[in-house]
Amino acid sequence: MNPEMVPSGVLVVAIGVLFAAGVYLLLERSLTRVLLGFILVGNGANLLMLVAGGRAGGAPIAGITPVDEMSDPLAQAMVLTSIVITLALTAFVLAMAYRSWQLNGHDEVADDVEDRRIARLAARNAPVYRDVDQGEAGTLDEDAAAARDETERDEAGDKTGEAT
Amino acid sequence: MTHDLTTLVPLPVLIPLCAAGLALALHRHPRAQRTISVVALSLMLAASLGLLVAADGGPLVVDVGGWAAPVGINLVADRLAALMLSVSGVVLLCVLLYSLSEGMTESADGLPTPGGEDPIPVAIYHPTYLVLAAGVANAFLSGDLFNLYVGFEILLAASYVLLTLGGTGARIRAGAVYVVVSLLSSILFFVAIALAYAATGTVNLAQLAQRIPEIDPGVALLLELLLLLAFGIKAAIFPLSAWLPDSYPTAPAPVTAVFAGLLTKVGVYAIIRTQTLLFPDSPGVDRVLMVLALLTMVVGILGAVAQDDLKRLLSFTLVSHIGYMIFGVGLASEAGMAAAVFYVAHHITVQTALFLVTGLVERRAGTTSLDHLGGLARVAPGLAVLFFIPAMNLAGIPPLSGFLGKVGLLESGVRDGGTLAWVLVAGSVVTSLLTLYAVVKAWNKAFWQEVPAGVTRDVRLPRGMVGPTTALVAFGVLLTVVAGPLYGYADRAARTSMDGHTYVDAVFPGGSERGRGESPEAGGGDP
Repeated sequence: MNPEMVPSGVLVVAIGVLFAAGVYLLLERSLTRVLLGFILVGNGANLLMLVAGGRAGGAPIAGITPVDEMSDPLAQAMVLTSIVITLALTAFVLAMAYRSWQLNGHDEVADDVEDRRIARLAARNAPVYRDVDQGEAGTLDEDAAAARDETERDEAGDKTGEAT
Repeated sequence: MTHDLTTLVPLPVLIPLCAAGLALALHRHPRAQRTISVVALSLMLAASLGLLVAADGGPLVVDVGGWAAPVGINLVADRLAALMLSVSGVVLLCVLLYSLSEGMTESADGLPTPGGEDPIPVAIYHPTYLVLAAGVANAFLSGDLFNLYVGFEILLAASYVLLTLGGTGARIRAGAVYVVVSLLSSILFFVAIALAYAATGTVNLAQLAQRIPEIDPGVALLLELLLLLAFGIKAAIFPLSAWLPDSYPTAPAPVTAVFAGLLTKVGVYAIIRTQTLLFPDSPGVDRVLMVLALLTMVVGILGAVAQDDLKRLLSFTLVSHIGYMIFGVGLASEAGMAAAVFYVAHHITVQTALFLVTGLVERRAGTTSLDHLGGLARVAPGLAVLFFIPAMNLAGIPPLSGFLGKVGLLESGVRDGGTLAWVLVAGSVVTSLLTLYAVVKAWNKAFWQEVPAGVTRDVRLPRGMVGPTTALVAFGVLLTVVAGPLYGYADRAARTSMDGHTYVDAVFPGGSERGRGESPEAGGGDP
């Protein structure tokens, strides 16, 4: 819609850096870091939306700025909505990380119970299939209660790093 | 249609949202909360059914706030949206009634304990559930890509709360995965919107449909794939489905039921909407979708076969059967799309009913582990019937609606005639057989095998839980009885979605884009 839509280079670089750093943090195990990653990527996406709105201009209020000098208000409105959503979700994830810390002493995202079962079988060099008819292992719920993270095991060696 | 009927369009969003605020304000009065929820969702269902009838005459459009389409945000109720909305309305109401009796007070081990000691989750349950309903309705009705995003966010935020209700260890563990994956998909969706806006200068679906053919095909492909990626995570299509079986089963039974029924289907709906309206002509992507559909079906059902827990087994069948719908979408023919729409309606009902029955099994026997269940057919024959009917429906045994949906898909696959379509037809049949195997195995273990030693639990099932479950199972059977008209409706919904102009004409009745908002005109959704 905007013929002279050449985005500012600074913004583009900023978006790239935010996305790169955010994705790196999203891949961490700790929920707090994942949350920081989400905030960074979210802000990167917000900047992207701002760039999508075209060149910068005056406040888009009729009577204050001439129409062709206005910046695009729609992109700003969408960014504003997105910021509000991000805020709410940040609060929720923070609460979840805190609850996880209360329960487990850390806020690591646990492994999938079944993944861990398979990993344990592989470690024992046992056959990967387990016929459900044999019923020799516990139920999934029992496994989930007894299961420990590999990260947890590492920390048990030295001391619980993030519990303090 | 008449001017009055368009006032129905915003109601399915407005009613639950207002009721949610009211329920939150009355958090000290559980009885009032229940009344509000039941009344609100009943009204929402009534409005949806009204839309179902009205939309058959052509899409109803409302310009929210009175600003005309490209400037203001509009809600569009066409046949597809109205059908989804109506089925969702039934499911939401049944699950709500079920949860009223379940009481939503659960002890730390996640098993229902009537009259539990911690009544706090009850206060937030009703408002959150209503917000979820509003989010689902908003996603279905939205005529604007960004509003669709907001609808998704509303229902996702509510689902985060519901999934981690009570904050027990297992739920936080499962919730963490679910929340992080959903956050990522939301960001992808937002990025797609930003790029769409940069490329076309609009986020209105009808206007996007007009402008996307004019932009660079490479950019259009990028937008299409980004949207598919975001919706694919939500719909749990195969390589993006690993989060689902791990996160759903830990939630309370009614929550799992409503998630299984609705949340993935909202993703499927978004895929149908964007694929038909914005990217009607993209054979390459359709082929990719077909391959993914095959993988989703087969990998999902193999996962189900390997499970020894009823809830997880059903979660895997859920993933698997998403493949059928994507198959229909990937065919990109009217017949395929009609079958997909019909299948969505069928699957919402059946999958929710199965999860509700599983909740009853858990209440009755104290577990859902197939190794520890047994003899339920003897001690609870009614429960056995309630499980048997939707289970057979899911597997696609004639004459139930699952069979009809699958036949429709197979027919359109055969009519397509390509090699890939034939492979998918074969894959669908195999998946259907494996589904039968999986549910029959569950049936044998839970209902027929000898009662394992030490399991003597005699709990009376509350009538308030059995009633809604029975109603939903009966609704599934009703879908079979009215399959003719319903399939006809789905067919018309598919045809208007795929012809590419009905939707756009309804939003821009002048034939071209309406003015830039100088003359805000309220409501005239005249088709």
